[in-house]
Amino acid sequence: MSDHASYWKANVRLMIICLVIWFAVSFGCGILLFEPLNAIKLGGYKLGFWFASQGSIYTFLFLIFFYAARMNKLDAEHGVNE
Amino acid sequence: MDNLKLMTYIVVFASFALYFGIAWWARAGSTSEFYVAGKGVHPVLNGMATGADWMSAASFISMAGMIAFMGYGASVFLMGWTGGYVLLAMLLAPYMRKHGKFTVPEFIGDRYYSNTARIVAVACLIIASLTYVIGQMKGVGVAFSRFLEVPYDLGLYIGMFVVWVYAVLGGMKGITYTQIAQYCVLIFAYTVPAVFISLELTGNPIPQLGLGSKLVGQDVYLLDKLDAIITDLGFKDFSTTAQGSTVNMFAYTMSLMIGTAGLPHVIMRFFTVPSVKAARSSAGWALVFIAALYTVAPAVGAMARLNLHNTIEPTPGDYLAYDERPQWFKNWENTGLLAFEDKNGDGLIQYNAGPENEMVKVDNHIMVLANPEIAKLPNWVIALVAAGGLAAALSTAAGLLLAISSSISHDLMKSVLTPNMTEKSELRAGRIVMTLAILVAGYLGLNPPAFAAGTVAMAFGLAAASIFPALMMGIFSKTINKQGAVAGMIAGIGVTLFYVFQHYGIMFVKETAFLGDMQPNWFFGIDPKAFGVVGAVVNFAVAYVVTKMTPPVPSDIAAMVDNFRIPSGAGAAAADH
Repeated sequence: MSDHASYWKANVRLMIICLVIWFAVSFGCGILLFEPLNAIKLGGYKLGFWFASQGSIYTFLFLIFFYAARMNKLDAEHGVNE
Repeated sequence: MDNLKLMTYIVVFASFALYFGIAWWARAGSTSEFYVAGKGVHPVLNGMATGADWMSAASFISMAGMIAFMGYGASVFLMGWTGGYVLLAMLLAPYMRKHGKFTVPEFIGDRYYSNTARIVAVACLIIASLTYVIGQMKGVGVAFSRFLEVPYDLGLYIGMFVVWVYAVLGGMKGITYTQIAQYCVLIFAYTVPAVFISLELTGNPIPQLGLGSKLVGQDVYLLDKLDAIITDLGFKDFSTTAQGSTVNMFAYTMSLMIGTAGLPHVIMRFFTVPSVKAARSSAGWALVFIAALYTVAPAVGAMARLNLHNTIEPTPGDYLAYDERPQWFKNWENTGLLAFEDKNGDGLIQYNAGPENEMVKVDNHIMVLANPEIAKLPNWVIALVAAGGLAAALSTAAGLLLAISSSISHDLMKSVLTPNMTEKSELRAGRIVMTLAILVAGYLGLNPPAFAAGTVAMAFGLAAASIFPALMMGIFSKTINKQGAVAGMIAGIGVTLFYVFQHYGIMFVKETAFLGDMQPNWFFGIDPKAFGVVGAVVNFAVAYVVTKMTPPVPSDIAAMVDNFRIPSGAGAAAADH
């Protein structure tokens, strides 16, 4: 496999992992599991409500910076960095 | 002139003077500066500019109000308008930056080797962006008339003039640096009152934590107290009431997310950074600056709602007398956004969800603007909120106007109609088209067409259904061809417009609604504003089927896709083509 093809494959794999987390936190915890999670409390927040109004946004932030950092590493490993 | 009004004038005009200063400093001298700020914007600064570009009058003025009255149901906006940045950072921005062109339709035209695809993309862009810009112009007019007590029309003219100065003079370069200043104004204006109010109610100065804290001097959590007060009055619970069904919540959030990633004025911002690496991290910085407002908004909404009820009914059964209503109450009554009717004639204000409710109108939009007054904050804070609301509306309007005018001057004129234009005349054409776009937006702001209500959410549905799928398929597939892309975009935007029009009327003329006996959300309970995701699925499916039936893509396209999938050589890419 050429280096560019393996680079692209690694990129897509990383992206899918990130998007699974993206989906699980927002659509999963914030919408689909909203009611069961609300049984748990985080301070004054019901947990489902916290995910829908706060937690998902913090996770999105983490995901983008995580992806950006890992991609910088991948770029260098595969010699495609700028 | 009273102290508050004088203070507001000073703060607002000081902010305008700042924008003019920046505009002069950041004048554009080339088309590259005019369209993409010379591709030299630092990723953190671009993130800040994206924050202002992105956060419109709707985010600043309306969102906390929607949260106040819809509670959990409004989370679709919180998650939808932030989650899109994950998609942007991973699916679109780095590759489009690598390709290194000036506009979104240009990318589509190159990848699908077709001027038809490019023109269809221009049409989709203009439909989505124009629906969006009307809301901003209205926001400018409302903010002026409420805070500076100038007529709505005059306020709009002033706003148009301010945008014209820095957008025409500096293009993307001028817009970028004024947006950075506007971000600082708007985030300061949003968080200062929130910190004051959070401190006052919960003793915790950080609103995100305050919302999860107990009330000062009471052993009860703020959210529990709010739920108890409003459910006693017959309103729906704050922290668990959804917006429609779970399917609707899901579709609404997804539509806003992919709409965010598909809106050209946002994508374009990532053409201004120097590298692919910078495009990825810049999306993260944009979300940092957006999250600074979005994570505060639920606290602003909940606390404003609590303060409103505490003002009108300080303890259960003890109502505020209408004659003793505070000044902010009177101010908002004058605008018609707040209305009281003494149904039982006792001179007291009863506010509840029953038929005897006397607060016959409490508009969502007043919550952020009136919040500092309801919480009795000092005048300079109230003046700041006016400048912040204007900054939010003006910065988004400028970004949208640039997206519209560059798609006309660069995608239609330079590439299709008058390809022999020199760079100098293209720059001049860009400025003339920008001026015309401002005039059109101003006209639509003065004579809002029937569809002006709720248009912002609609713009997302349209971008989600048309532009996002075309871009994503262009990057992640080498086989989708021009016929597929064109048919997909038309089918996606068509089916979305159809679902919206059947409820709101053709071109939003109410009389032409053709829904018959059906509910507006007959399709699995999905709200017309949340339909973009269905349009996107239609777009993907049609593109796939049409591609199967038509000739394959030319061989050089695969090489182009391979090239923009790797970051190296981004600097040179623009010169190659």
